[in-house]
Amino acid sequence: MVPRPFVIKKFRRETEDTFTVELEPREGRSRFSFLPGQFNMVYVYGVGEVPISISGDPSGPTLVHTTRAVGNVTKAMAKLRRGDVVGIRGPFGTSWPVAEARGKDVVIVAGGIGLPPLRPSLYEVLAHRDQYGKVVLLYGTRTPSDILFKEELDQWRARFDLEVFITVDRATAGWKGNVGVVTTLIPKAGFDSRNTVGMIVGPEVMMRYVALEFLKRGVPPESIYLSMERNMKCGIGLCGHCQFGPVFICKDGPVFRYPQIKDLMVRWEV
Amino acid sequence: METLESILGQHPFFKDLSPENMKLVTGCAANVRFEPDQYVFHEGDEANQFYLIREGRIALQLFAPDRGHMTLETLGEGDVLGWSWLIPPYYYVFDAKVLELTRAIALDGKCLRRQCEDDHHLGFELLKRFSSILENRLATTRLQLLDLYGVRS
Repeated sequence: MVPRPFVIKKFRRETEDTFTVELEPREGRSRFSFLPGQFNMVYVYGVGEVPISISGDPSGPTLVHTTRAVGNVTKAMAKLRRGDVVGIRGPFGTSWPVAEARGKDVVIVAGGIGLPPLRPSLYEVLAHRDQYGKVVLLYGTRTPSDILFKEELDQWRARFDLEVFITVDRATAGWKGNVGVVTTLIPKAGFDSRNTVGMIVGPEVMMRYVALEFLKRGVPPESIYLSMERNMKCGIGLCGHCQFGPVFICKDGPVFRYPQIKDLMVRWEV
Repeated sequence: METLESILGQHPFFKDLSPENMKLVTGCAANVRFEPDQYVFHEGDEANQFYLIREGRIALQLFAPDRGHMTLETLGEGDVLGWSWLIPPYYYVFDAKVLELTRAIALDGKCLRRQCEDDHHLGFELLKRFSSILENRLATTRLQLLDLYGVRS
């Protein structure tokens, strides 16, 4: 699969080390179709290719990626600006169960840079809001300055049909919000545990503890979904870079049901 | 009209407590209200009470001369504030500052300690419930210390 050239239409810095790019295909006007939770391989010409989850609205006009400048490729990507071109292969992987969740409560739990892969599912749920029960977003970050999508979070908090709770691990001067790990927000969310779908993204340790907190409250294990991250290369399960026990994250994931991978998550040799 | 006993009975902390024990606990309880910026207690105060938060938000803080008031954790609806009343020498080890108007039920620690000495069944029930809260707080504090969201170098 050859990367398709996409032009950066907008570049926005989200925090000190994270940024969002909005892309359009260089040739043709066709909209980029994807399912919430899927990722693309983003190629920065002359530097390399990295997997980045899609953070935009599935029905939006542009392809949106949000990532942290942390390795060679994403650091080079952070220097790109409007008009620059990147290569895109994708979309790859499995998606969030937004259709399955209809008629149920939806609890989305994001930690740190885990909010971007979950944002498309929230857009999708909110676009068909009347088809879902209670919808809750729980978001934890390291400090207040690490909070992504601040304006959008304010808009979401103003809605009566969406509950948003934010917490930080370390408060800084002037922070009036919650302090504590994201798992402490779960008891406050007040959902119907037997009829809830939980979607989780964040560091693996965080996801494990969030899943345990869901289980403690009676959410069925098969209703808990999480998105895994590994060193994806080919995107189609051929190269083996992202093998995780018997599964490939790029092809069988990144979104998994909790029972599929719960035993693998605590095995250090995997 | 809701009585103090029925409010306490609905709180998860007292779930399934026997009616006899609930009566003893209710005898040590009172409704309280705290305004924003008020302190519920300060580090070093005698710990003679704990609180079941019904609504509002409270920050557990520690003061350091060079860093000011540092918030370590916030507590809200459904949370239990304070366990120093249970552990000698019964002094609070943090400041508790009210962030939002808070309504809570205050439980008199001295009264409860007396009741627990007289009725070890009640004492064991309360210890089991506090142990669960302590275990949970310890686990979340450990996670907080891991600094999970930081970039790995």
